[in-house]
Amino acid sequence: MEKRKEVLTSLESLGARIYEQMDKGFFPSIEMPSRSTENIYYDPNVRQFILGGKKVRRSARNIRHLRPFTQLVWTAFFSHELTMHRKTSTLRDVYYSAQAYEMSFKDQQESNNIITDLETVLGLSREDFNIFPEERSAVFGDLTIEYTVPGYEGKRLNLTSHPDCVMIGPDLTSAEFVKTTADKVIAIEKGGLFTRFIEESVHKKFNAILVLTAGQAPRATRHFIRRLNRELKLPVYIFTDGDPWGMHIAMVIISGSANAAHLRELTTPDAKWSGVWATDIVNYKLPTDPLDDVDVKRLYELQRDPRYKDPLWQREIKTFLKIKRKAEQEAFSRYGLTYIVDEYLPAKLEETS
Amino acid sequence: MARVTFEEISAADFFYRNRDIAGFTNPSRAIFAAIRELVENSLDAAESLKIPPDIYVRLSHEGAVGTGTQVYRLRVEDNGIGVPPRHIPSAFGQILFGSKYKLKQQRGTFGLGGKMAILYGQITTHKPACVISSTGMSKIYKYKLMIDIQRNRPLILDRKIMINKTRWRGTIVEFSLEGDYFRAMPKILEYFKQTAMVNPYANLTFVDPKGRLYKFTRVTTEMPDPPKETLPHPYGVDVELLQRLINATPYRNMLEFLRYHFHRVGDKTAQKFLEFSNIRPSKNPKRLSHEEIVRLMHMLKKFKEFLPPDASCLSPLGENLLRAGIVKELKPEFVAVHQRRPATYAGHPFIVEVAIAYGGEIPKKEGFVIYRFANRIPLLYDEASDVSVRVINSMNWRRYKVAPDMPIAILVHICSTKVPYKTVGKEFIADRPEVRREIANGLREVARRLRRFLTRREHVYREKKRLGIFSKYLPKIAQFSTQLAGKEKAPDVKKLLRSVRRFGTEET
Repeated sequence: MEKRKEVLTSLESLGARIYEQMDKGFFPSIEMPSRSTENIYYDPNVRQFILGGKKVRRSARNIRHLRPFTQLVWTAFFSHELTMHRKTSTLRDVYYSAQAYEMSFKDQQESNNIITDLETVLGLSREDFNIFPEERSAVFGDLTIEYTVPGYEGKRLNLTSHPDCVMIGPDLTSAEFVKTTADKVIAIEKGGLFTRFIEESVHKKFNAILVLTAGQAPRATRHFIRRLNRELKLPVYIFTDGDPWGMHIAMVIISGSANAAHLRELTTPDAKWSGVWATDIVNYKLPTDPLDDVDVKRLYELQRDPRYKDPLWQREIKTFLKIKRKAEQEAFSRYGLTYIVDEYLPAKLEETS
Repeated sequence: MARVTFEEISAADFFYRNRDIAGFTNPSRAIFAAIRELVENSLDAAESLKIPPDIYVRLSHEGAVGTGTQVYRLRVEDNGIGVPPRHIPSAFGQILFGSKYKLKQQRGTFGLGGKMAILYGQITTHKPACVISSTGMSKIYKYKLMIDIQRNRPLILDRKIMINKTRWRGTIVEFSLEGDYFRAMPKILEYFKQTAMVNPYANLTFVDPKGRLYKFTRVTTEMPDPPKETLPHPYGVDVELLQRLINATPYRNMLEFLRYHFHRVGDKTAQKFLEFSNIRPSKNPKRLSHEEIVRLMHMLKKFKEFLPPDASCLSPLGENLLRAGIVKELKPEFVAVHQRRPATYAGHPFIVEVAIAYGGEIPKKEGFVIYRFANRIPLLYDEASDVSVRVINSMNWRRYKVAPDMPIAILVHICSTKVPYKTVGKEFIADRPEVRREIANGLREVARRLRRFLTRREHVYREKKRLGIFSKYLPKIAQFSTQLAGKEKAPDVKKLLRSVRRFGTEET
């Protein structure tokens, strides 16, 4: 509720700022922190990337800025409409809605960039002004939520009530957490394993809320995981493939991405990456594939990344580089379908808690 | 041992046997050449009196001969000077007889074309030609003629004299010939269009065998000054010409001989030349031996101090008329014309006129539309061999901001007392370095002007686009920020729009 007011005020004052400049006969301009790579720093205190002090100025006087400037103002206007009327929109939808105002974007990428600009200007995330990516990640577990969206206010739902799990969409993200018996959160990269965990009643056996990230976790999911961690004080364990890309999925949930350096409240610094580690590949003698050139290149990049400075990460990167192999989560199936749940999972939860 | 027989043939006989060199190669070329030669004679006839020409051409179908080839009757009427009655038979019935063996710029130079056409008509249909002419005096003369090919003499079959009540002046030529109009049609129509382009003061009417009427109307009655006759320039003479002058001269010494028979040779120049060539000024030209005449010719060519020929014997179209003609026929968006100063090659004066036109009705195609003219005659065949085309192709057009797909027409007109044609058919101009240089310099000049036009247009376009962006987006920013701020009335963007308008970029 509070957030919504804050968002509306923030958008309105942006409008007022531009209006006043024009009304006084000036070309309107907006200042915002630069998102260029030279202005992105890792802040060890907040344990995520942040933007430095560099600012950029978008001015309607500059012919090259004019179009993006107008698009930014339109996006602000459109977001205000959405928030005002409690409607939501997807990135794709924004792209098309613009055409109704003769404000066409060249492509999806352009409209996404402008939305990121607006986030930077306002210091809010797009979910705050009701623009969401397509839903693809999901949650399952004993958590009762209460919706706050129009038409569903006060309506409650237990997240075990749908055997196919519940999508993490805008309505869920904005819902209140009412109660839970769970004492941990397990985030899983892949849909196959997520389904296996539900079938094997991992949520009951381990008292866990299961979250499917479906690859790189969308921001709404990252925010949702953070809320589970902060509001319900639940520890978070992340299971990914045993390769540099899986590692990084975990890392983005923990420490955020450079792309979202202008945003806060998307990270869960205390979350743990529980596997599949490079050392697991060795210890569990998992079936493997050789590392590709891009995998190796990525590992060297990660080795230099400030987010990866902890000994655990460095050790795992070195091990990957030494064994030159990678393994998927499904690799555990060589020991039978339930091995991962019966043996591996408890061991890893133990190890990383 | 085979016996070789020698016989003399007449000029008519020669061209009868060698009609290819005069352009009467095949039925389609022949009909084109016939129309062209007669139209050119008519234009010359009107221009020599500075009368705006009115020319009517009718081609009617008379009968079939074979596939494609048909018999046509060609009638060409003009309002020109007319032919004096006693000259009519020879002027139309004797090859290489005519009024054109003088040193001034004319369309025809050999006195050949019109008669070639009549000769061609006679050998293909064996019908007499009909010539009606009056110089505007009290009588009109009508002749029915054939050419005695072996003797190169006119045969008068019938002669009528009529009272000229209306004081009509002009010439009508009518005869039958074989030809293939439908194959020749594109070239004939192109010929009329291009002729209209460089003769904007002429009315041209053409009625084709299907009865279709093509009319090219004059846009001006202003005409270029007719050329003056001129003496030969010393650089351009040969032994034969010297011999003829010596035979005819009334002067008894070399000084006067040079002064009065040559172009741009005065007393001083004549003296200097005689000194240079070691000839006594008092020498009687009639006493020159054959060897001395040959030596004289070589010395004339060697002497560096003769002034170049002046251009009074030339009648270029002039920039205004050229522009008027192009605007009339092509309706371009932009045209630049340029007349070069007179120049000479081998003692012959010449003037190059060039034009470049952009847009309008000029078709967009790969490469330029090229119009070539010599003494106001369109040159329609053998484009690739022409010097103008070579010059155009060797220029770096990108320097002038010209892209290959732009609708651009280039016109090159060369006028001279002796156009350096490569063939009697008058189809393309030889690659003489002096001519090439003039064409190249002329084209560079108009190309520079085209570049200025294109640059400016691009600038205006870019400026318009820039203003367009401001006037598209500023009102939107105003609108959305007003709604976002919850205000009633949008801020006025007119002042902001005015301020982005750069100095000197008014709407054009």
